[in-house]
Amino acid sequence: MSSILDRIKAGEILVSDGAWGTFLQAKGLKTGECPEYWNVSQPDDVLSIAQSYIDAGADMIETNSFGANKFKLAHYGLEREVYNLNKTAAEISRKAAGSNHFVIGSVGSTGKLLLMEETTPAEMYAVFSEQVIALEKGGTDAILIETMTDIEEALLAVRAAKENTRCDVFCTMTFEKTAVDEFNTMMGVSPEEMVKRLVDAGADIVGANCGNGSEDMTDIVKKIRSCNSNIPVLIQANAGIPVYHDGKIRYGETPEQMAVVAEKLIAAGANIIGGCCGTTPLHIAKIAERVRLYNH
Amino acid sequence: MENILDQIALCIEYGKINEAAPYPPELKGKPGADELTKLALQQGLSADEILNSGFINGMNRVGKKFSEHKIFVPQMLMSAKAMNTGMEHLKPFFKSGEAKRKGVFIIGTVAGDLHEIGKNLAAMMIAGSGWEVIDLGKDVKTEKFAETVKYYPGCVVGLSALLTTTMVNMASTVSVLKKEFPGIKILAGGAPVNNDFCLQIGVDFYAPDPQKAVQYLNKFSD
Repeated sequence: MSSILDRIKAGEILVSDGAWGTFLQAKGLKTGECPEYWNVSQPDDVLSIAQSYIDAGADMIETNSFGANKFKLAHYGLEREVYNLNKTAAEISRKAAGSNHFVIGSVGSTGKLLLMEETTPAEMYAVFSEQVIALEKGGTDAILIETMTDIEEALLAVRAAKENTRCDVFCTMTFEKTAVDEFNTMMGVSPEEMVKRLVDAGADIVGANCGNGSEDMTDIVKKIRSCNSNIPVLIQANAGIPVYHDGKIRYGETPEQMAVVAEKLIAAGANIIGGCCGTTPLHIAKIAERVRLYNH
Repeated sequence: MENILDQIALCIEYGKINEAAPYPPELKGKPGADELTKLALQQGLSADEILNSGFINGMNRVGKKFSEHKIFVPQMLMSAKAMNTGMEHLKPFFKSGEAKRKGVFIIGTVAGDLHEIGKNLAAMMIAGSGWEVIDLGKDVKTEKFAETVKYYPGCVVGLSALLTTTMVNMASTVSVLKKEFPGIKILAGGAPVNNDFCLQIGVDFYAPDPQKAVQYLNKFSD
């Protein structure tokens, strides 16, 4: 099977999966429960999530490992389970993906601030290394470092994945609109700065995820493309802005709406399109429909 | 030489912790909040004056710039760090009662949510505005909030959530606190939280950023 990068180079637009966190919750994940522990306690539920995205038409599936770093697992007393939970996460997604789809290992932020000396760069690098090594062992094709806001943390994760695995390394950051035609992460990183620093560090694909819905994402892609015309771009938007109603959170963007935005994202220069919070297999199916039209 | 209180405010505004701190480069080698607060006390200024004309002034400017997206979390954290360093020197005066704080503010990230950067920023800004802040940390269960509120009659509570999956827990915490402590004021903030949500769950004030929280709280202090 040719790699994600080869297929993008050949001009193909690819589709990734949608949300995991909100999906796990819909399946009964309780408040205060460790989502990644489900990899060992309820592997069938995790597998069914992965499978539903593959069935919806995703070319690649993430792993249930977003918060499976030593710092975050320590909160549940699971800091010794880093290897096991990540390897299992990858194995489950591989089972769903088979040999015709890609598995991308999800790596989220540590929740520690380098700036406040809550950890050291060396320790953070070690924590990321431990996670990515286990993900590769479980069979990931690529590592996706996602929802990053601090560029220094993102760079440490990219380096950890580059230097300790043979996987392709993707990295997405989460931006908010801070002024007219201006986007920044919470830590003040602009899309332009992100591209420059991540590409210099060896990231194979960059992009944006989460945030305030898919409309903003088109502008973010344009910003990325304004300073780099070659680097493949991955976009995973939330299904709009969450709305609270009758004790439940709902996401406003319908699968059809997100599919329309997907076209705009492609026109702006995105290469892989998927979803983040609030997106479902239905969203991914609609996006995949549009993308297939484009690829043909 | 500039007025020492103005200098302290400047150190807070730009996050100059102490003389040895390399940040910000423009103030390299100059005394920071640490040394200047000590010096101000030696010069006979009261803790109240230092708090009000130094710290609060500086933090107000930081809060305003953050609100306007002119600075981001890192700059604000450095300012808070500078303020905390200076505040250490004032603590004995708060303890002895010689200097007074505006009230007690209890803050925490709601149950199930492990994110605390936003909560910490709010806590630091509010402490810098002269409130005694009790930070309960992250993943704080409703019972923990209730237990703490019991000890501080008249306190104000702040709830934070980063995830859409945990903001619903805010609703249950609010309903329990409002029932057990009639009249208690609760403010809330966090990325997915908005005014509409706050109205629906009975929160008294939606704080889109720390500065707005401070402005709201100041209505309760004399």
